Amino acid sequence: MTTGAATPSQGMPGVPVPAATGGTAASLPTRVLRHGGYEALAMLRNGEQLVLAIVLPLLALTALVITPLLDAYGPSRIDIAAPGVLALCTMSTAFTGQGIATGFDRRYGVLRFLSTTPLGRSGLILGKAVAVAVVLAVQLVVIGGAAALLGWSPRVEGILPAAVLLLVGSAAFTALGLLVAGTLRPEATLAVTNLVWILLAAAGGVIIPATSLPVAAEPFISVLPSAALGDGLRGALVDGILDPVACLVLLAWAALASLAAIRWFKWS
Amino acid sequence: MPTTSPALEIDGLIKDFGPVGSLDGRMVRVLDGVSLSASHGAVTVLLGANGAGKTTTLECAQGLQRANGGVVRLLGEDPYRATPQLRARVGVMLQDGGLPPSVRPLALLRHVASMYSAPLPVDALAERLGLDEFGAASIRRLSGGQKQRLALACALVGRPEVVFLDEPSAGLDPQSRSIVFDLIRELRADGLAVILTTHLLDDAQKLADYVYIIEGGSTVAEGTVAELTADKDADGMRELHFETVPGLTLPPDLLPHLHQREHDPGHYVLRGPLTAGDVARLAEWWHASGVMPTAITMAPRSLEDVFLDISGRSIR
Repeated sequence: MTTGAATPSQGMPGVPVPAATGGTAASLPTRVLRHGGYEALAMLRNGEQLVLAIVLPLLALTALVITPLLDAYGPSRIDIAAPGVLALCTMSTAFTGQGIATGFDRRYGVLRFLSTTPLGRSGLILGKAVAVAVVLAVQLVVIGGAAALLGWSPRVEGILPAAVLLLVGSAAFTALGLLVAGTLRPEATLAVTNLVWILLAAAGGVIIPATSLPVAAEPFISVLPSAALGDGLRGALVDGILDPVACLVLLAWAALASLAAIRWFKWS
Repeated sequence: MPTTSPALEIDGLIKDFGPVGSLDGRMVRVLDGVSLSASHGAVTVLLGANGAGKTTTLECAQGLQRANGGVVRLLGEDPYRATPQLRARVGVMLQDGGLPPSVRPLALLRHVASMYSAPLPVDALAERLGLDEFGAASIRRLSGGQKQRLALACALVGRPEVVFLDEPSAGLDPQSRSIVFDLIRELRADGLAVILTTHLLDDAQKLADYVYIIEGGSTVAEGTVAELTADKDADGMRELHFETVPGLTLPPDLLPHLHQREHDPGHYVLRGPLTAGDVARLAEWWHASGVMPTAITMAPRSLEDVFLDISGRSIR
């Protein structure tokens, strides 16, 4: 037996070691909010993520206001542009940003370690949803503020429907981001989420309404989550209506992607 | 040591991985009947070569993997369905650390601490493990030993009753090693159940109250270090080193029942049940070859001999 080497803890004054009484978990809301805040801060401190979340949407907003690209869709360029850019922000944060962060956390074993703490797997996922919501709120303030300076006047009765669509839309894109991050290698996740972001931004009905894309492609594009969110937000903030089809399309994507992520997500 | 119900009990644990593409989609049985038990106030060591199944056993005990068969009880509960309350009583240090490279060490430790309602004071724990020295750098800049100490702090910050340490001395410099080993002994003195894996016999010999040798996915031997190394032979000598001139080759058929290894040129290590007759035959051979060894030492059976006897191969 080699028990003789035990050092009594009293021999180290002022230095704590755990007593065998056992730890206790912080409450569920505390754990989830703390983790959400921690991940949101990590996203906002990351230079590449900030470019994706704030700089690119601001550039898109400016470009859409100074070029005649959206002139066919209404009298005010900024009123058409702003909802599309908010949809773009949702994709940046929930899908690309959060997908890449999760992919690398998975590679480094961070997901495995945190799931052994009281946070657990469900707390980790809920925390990620909170982080997406926090970053999205920052984006709404910055992009919404910039749009307001450019003369944006959204319909007041459309704000509640827009909030509903943003909520469902970010749930759908978060689940899709997790699905990619949990099934592919992080380098592949980086490539896929960026590529999909660019393709959807360009031709997924996010900024340019789905109806203006080639007629043959329209049925396919209008069932994309990007088009549902972009067109839905334009319907809400330009016309003041809640588009039920857009809402259902987003709900279906959120449900399908969540089920797929639960089925195929690998933690290690 | 006080023995109430064990902190961890594993009985007949079976774990399959797969389907594996390179095996035509068949499953691979990684654990095939691991059984062990770990008490409070004791260091329980899982000893085995790389790939023996130590980490997988720990992962099943931590709830990171679901067992395909057998029973795993951690503090009396099923770890795969662990509640946050159970997780709060268990600290985990993973083999790969699980540390996010872009975060600063103390920020991570504070974040982990925030998952508990009454964590240890972060600053004092950081000081104890020497984390304050490199707290300002991001984790990716830390050395292997610094990362290990941070991972240990993360495992302990919630005041656990049970700690799992997967290869805690991997990559440790001598200074980190002594900090970590002292702390492990202190945790044991405070009544924690410490369960650690290692492939280093020296670690096991220094730290273990109880050792389980894992080989090929099952527990093949168990006992205290003293019990495992106890020898049935009268003289109890199991290892003989001798040094002669380089270039002299020990004939393999001289002592065929002993495991022979040329450690350095001219430095031989013989392992096995050593008798006075064996020593006499060696001396005759030296005499016949006209050499006089520059050094001869004999040692009793070590954990390495135990491992060698069981697995037929060296652990390293």
